[in-house]
Amino acid sequence: MSGSAPIIASTHPNDGLLRADRFPHILCPGCGIGTVIHCYVDAMAASGLALSDHACVSGIGCSGRAAGYVNVDSYHTTHGRALPFALGIAVYKPGMRVTVISGDGDLAAIGGNHLIHAARRNVDLTVICINNFNYGMTGGQAGPTSPRGSVASTAPEGVHDRPFVLPDLVRAAGASMVSRWTVLHVRQLRDAILRGMQKRGFCFIEALSPCPTNFGRANDLGDGMAEMEVYRERCELADGTPGYDALDIDLTDHTRPILVGDFLDIERTPYQPVGEHTA
Amino acid sequence: MTAQAAGQERVLTGTHFMLGDHACAEGALAAGLDFFGGYPITPSTEIAERLARRLPRVGGKFVQMEDELGSAVAIIGASAAGARSFTATSGPGFSLMMESIGLAAMMEIPIVIVDVQRASPSTGLPTMVGQSDALQARWGSHGDYGVAAYSPASPQECFDLTLLAFDVADRYRIPVLLMMDEVVAHMTERVVIPAADAIQRGQRPRPDHAPGATRHLPYAVGDTLVPPMAHAGEGYCVHMTGLTHDERGYPALNEATHNQLVNRLVDKVRLNAGEIERYEEYALEDAETVVVAFGCTSRSAREAVKRGRAAGRKCGLLRLVSLWPFPEARLRGLLERGRVQRFLVPEVNLGQMRREVERLTQLPVLRLNHAGGAMPTPEDILAVIP
Ligand code: SF4
Repeated sequence: MSGSAPIIASTHPNDGLLRADRFPHILCPGCGIGTVIHCYVDAMAASGLALSDHACVSGIGCSGRAAGYVNVDSYHTTHGRALPFALGIAVYKPGMRVTVISGDGDLAAIGGNHLIHAARRNVDLTVICINNFNYGMTGGQAGPTSPRGSVASTAPEGVHDRPFVLPDLVRAAGASMVSRWTVLHVRQLRDAILRGMQKRGFCFIEALSPCPTNFGRANDLGDGMAEMEVYRERCELADGTPGYDALDIDLTDHTRPILVGDFLDIERTPYQPVGEHTA
Repeated sequence: MTAQAAGQERVLTGTHFMLGDHACAEGALAAGLDFFGGYPITPSTEIAERLARRLPRVGGKFVQMEDELGSAVAIIGASAAGARSFTATSGPGFSLMMESIGLAAMMEIPIVIVDVQRASPSTGLPTMVGQSDALQARWGSHGDYGVAAYSPASPQECFDLTLLAFDVADRYRIPVLLMMDEVVAHMTERVVIPAADAIQRGQRPRPDHAPGATRHLPYAVGDTLVPPMAHAGEGYCVHMTGLTHDERGYPALNEATHNQLVNRLVDKVRLNAGEIERYEEYALEDAETVVVAFGCTSRSAREAVKRGRAAGRKCGLLRLVSLWPFPEARLRGLLERGRVQRFLVPEVNLGQMRREVERLTQLPVLRLNHAGGAMPTPEDILAVIP
């Protein structure tokens, strides 16, 4: 949108849910992170709970800035450590709905050990992992979800490593709920976040999101809108719980579908350490 | 079986024959511990084991984390929600926790970390004594910040100083480090635990207005330099970040804010050093040789001074109960008296606290060091006292 566009409304219905005094935000035009934040605050409003019942925790990176824009108790922690921080709040105040919003590099690389253990324990958290296939904030380095062959500043000849397929990883680790949507699927994304808030246990939602500034540019995906076009053309709703190979993503291979959906939603006893006196 | 015998009392009032590690765990319980997140490591494991049994029975949460990185952050998260929380580790785990000491200092979220020191570096001698994390406690995380660190010399002090550590952490919203050592941790001695109602707890400064009435500024400070702390879930909608931030808690990425913030984090401890520091003096009145010692080493030092005095040598002991703040004013006071001719700093490291003494005096500072695995005996120390 051009800088000279007329202001069409001085307030937005979600202003009370956002730290509007922090705008303009730092995100690039065409970035998908703002859409995820919007889905989160919509879900928060739909949860019917007071804002004081919600907390939001982020790590480091562009996605890690999410906590700074939502008008709840919000904590912007160190790189990779959003999950144990959130665990501390969720275990001490089990009545609160604690949501972690962070990126793929933060949650799955430097924070990968915390991710699998939080899923294993089934800690009562909703985790929104914004996956843009690279480290955006630091200029487009390869990460644990970068598809093989994709170009990054630390993989100028293309990524050789096999990526994590996050929904498969956290499902295997023991999560209660696992979904994958893209920032094109705003309703499904919002609904998945809301279900995560309502459910007790470890709920993981992967949100595929364009990073036109870095991943998109390095891999000739065009601007943010063009990557959304890829999602529109290639996303298919998965049946049941697909495994690693089916969920693996290659944005440059136009013959392969990108599977999205609510892959898992089961009842598992949520983590809550209790003493013998309360047993 | 009485309730106390079953371990269902939060404060085990009475006289016990107790392990140092257990006394530390009991000190935390008496301090009102709500949350423990930890990872087992020798020689601190008995703290976790005792709390695994005791803490849930008095309504607290015990979480065995996946590593020390997670442990240190989990206790910060729980503390952000209002819990008195701590963890216990040893050198290798302490190294992994350094990042989070900086986060707690920057966010001003009170935590207590126990480091039961063993012979280091690296894996070193896991079951044997060391005192070589003393400087790491002060300087280990990147950047400038303020901490307090206490070093108990007995199981009784493991109890007492754990209590103090929580109070100081809360009062100043800083990380407080309890620098135990393997000898004291694995020593069993008499520990007297007071009545629950005799334990005074330092409090966090808290907002003086209800949530929502006026906007809460999480980092607005008055004269004390310590901002009032609102907890997650109370309705104040705080934002906290490890980034340089303004009084709203919002990132403010400019040098002026940074300079002001970091100076305040350091000044909170520096300007309140008189309140935070602890030391003990023994036979210092006319001492010409001042032995400066801490932790297990101070026990040998006390005995050496006693025997030295009996043999007519003018020696005394300045025992560092707090390593940080270092009791600088007291040391300067001793120097002003003009009687001191030399210092002697025995320690189970290659001269870490000696540097502090050397920094403050032109007088000779004698050394007695062991890299770890053994501590100096009274005879070793006496042999160096002229
Ligand atoms: S660098 Fe990428 S992820 Fe970061 S704000 Fe820009 S577009 Fe979004």
